[in-house]
Amino acid sequence: MESAIRTNNLRKVYNSPPPSAAGRGDGSGPKAPNVNDKQSKESKSQITALDGINLEVVAGQIFGLLGPNGAGKSTAVGILTTRVRPTSGAAWVGGHNVWQDQTAAKRKIGVVAQRPNLDFSLTAREILLFHGAYFGISSRERSDRAAALLDRFKLTDRAGQLVRGFSGGMMQRVSIARAMMHDPQVLFLDEPSVGLDPQTRLLLWEIIREYNQKGRTILLTTHNMEEADTLCQHLAIIDHGRIIASGTPSELKASIPGGFVLRLRFAHAPGELLQRFTALSGVTEVRASGETGADVYSDRGGSLIPEIVTTAAGFGVELSDVHISEPSLENLFLHHTGRSLRE
Amino acid sequence: MLRGATSFLLLLQTFLQPLLFVFIFGRVMTGNGLLPAAYKSLLLPGIMAISMVFTGMWAVAMPLIAEFQFTREIEDRLLAPIDISWVAIEKVVAGLIQALVAGLTVIPLAWIILRPGLEIHINNLPLFAGMLFLVASFSACGGLALGCTVDQQHIGLMFSMVMTPMIFFGCTYYPWSSLAKFPILQKIVLINPLAYASEGLRATLVPQFPHLSLPLILVALSFFDVLLLVLGLRQFRKKAVS
Ligand SMILES: Nc1ncnc2c1ncn2[C@@H]1O[C@H](COP(=O)(O)OP(=O)(O)OP(=O)(O)O)[C@@H](O)[C@H]1O
Ligand SMILES: [Mg+2]
Repeated sequence: MESAIRTNNLRKVYNSPPPSAAGRGDGSGPKAPNVNDKQSKESKSQITALDGINLEVVAGQIFGLLGPNGAGKSTAVGILTTRVRPTSGAAWVGGHNVWQDQTAAKRKIGVVAQRPNLDFSLTAREILLFHGAYFGISSRERSDRAAALLDRFKLTDRAGQLVRGFSGGMMQRVSIARAMMHDPQVLFLDEPSVGLDPQTRLLLWEIIREYNQKGRTILLTTHNMEEADTLCQHLAIIDHGRIIASGTPSELKASIPGGFVLRLRFAHAPGELLQRFTALSGVTEVRASGETGADVYSDRGGSLIPEIVTTAAGFGVELSDVHISEPSLENLFLHHTGRSLRE
Repeated sequence: MLRGATSFLLLLQTFLQPLLFVFIFGRVMTGNGLLPAAYKSLLLPGIMAISMVFTGMWAVAMPLIAEFQFTREIEDRLLAPIDISWVAIEKVVAGLIQALVAGLTVIPLAWIILRPGLEIHINNLPLFAGMLFLVASFSACGGLALGCTVDQQHIGLMFSMVMTPMIFFGCTYYPWSSLAKFPILQKIVLINPLAYASEGLRATLVPQFPHLSLPLILVALSFFDVLLLVLGLRQFRKKAVS
């Protein structure tokens, strides 16, 4: 099948800290740079945001990039939408190299950036109309499309008002409508549902699915498991600038050994005890987590607890805390990174 | 695109400066005899140059800084299916037009405020128009280079540290020839593009006063226009992608 988006060993190293620290209110401090004696102060401010990414998004898919703050999601979207220069590697959208053939690539894409970038001196309708004009859409067609989109995003009654006075969620809806205005083949949505109330989020999902049914490709980023699981047809999980897993949501969930994860805490957890757990029926993998904990991957959940308690008692160790999670993307992330997305 | 309040402020921004300049220097200072009446005519081109350069630079640099750093509204235009340089060119053209309007306003204002004693001789209209265009381009391209190089915190400093000496060593309030007694300074001011702008307008508006040779002015202004445009576009492209 034809690929809508493709990247080949894409790397991005930022040489300077993000412009004006005040602007980045997303709580994602830059990764602590390696303070290496050998390396000069030049490398102190270097941040590797993407570390060799290979992506392939089939045309007509809803593709999700899932990862925690600072994983490199926005950087990946930035490169694919011509807004960030790749340090090395290459990326194609609709067959066009996004760095060498920018204009052709831009014709194919619609973009909603993570941070709002609406022109506050315009009304919602004007924003859509002007955007349409940039893409050379005739004025009749423009006003028809703007009206339809405003209606679809439930903005018709505010269409004539300046976006300056809009709430955060309303601005977000205007941004998404604007990106759809020229009916792009590939739509990039960087955390589209952040700031939307649950009902509006459902509306957005519905709109995204509709748009996808017209044969369009959508790439969205999220750190919301539910969104990744229910909306996306294909996922790539990204952490520290690397893709650590990819596949359909069900493939990914099936790939975790056992499926269930029991996070255990003890007063102390000797290695021998963990060895014993491995022998319990249904257990596929046991990993130490810190000095006093263990993550047990297994094909059953609660029914394993009595055996764990008994085994531990044999070592004179008491179980102090347990958390059971069912097969989920959350567990997948935990499995690959040793960290939980929610913590 | 421009709404009532915005366009009014824009007008004010464009017209206020030249109005005050003309009034204080041309009317007050010559009226009380501190300056000879002929100074009115000598002053006019300098004031035109200042108000054009200020207006154009400000009109291009300030929105650029705001749109890149705060509102980010430029992002949507950078995504339009054209080369991103056109986004910069569009800003330059808008600034150029504002600078032209600012410059041309000075003439009727001067006429109203300074009339007795003001002697304007536009002998060659196309040459005058060309000169206006070169000066306006200089200001708009300068604004592009400035706006894409200096960041928000330093823009005020930039305007006072760079613009003030530029104005005072820019042959604005005096002709270049009057620096004859300071030969070294007279050479140094030739690196100041504003000097060519003032002298150029002087040469085409009040040619009765001494001025630099026209070919030199035209070559120098064209050189600065191209230099600043190339530099500005390069900085813009750097700033537009991270
Ligand atoms: N313009 C920039 N200059 C320097 N460093 C940057 C810039 N943009 C991002 N970074 C750094 O690159 C890394 C990846 O950032 P990115 O914005 O791609 O993460 P993200 O996955 O989108 O995170 P979030 O979920 O918080 O949006 C971070 O360490 C960030 O500090
Ligand atoms: Mg992001």
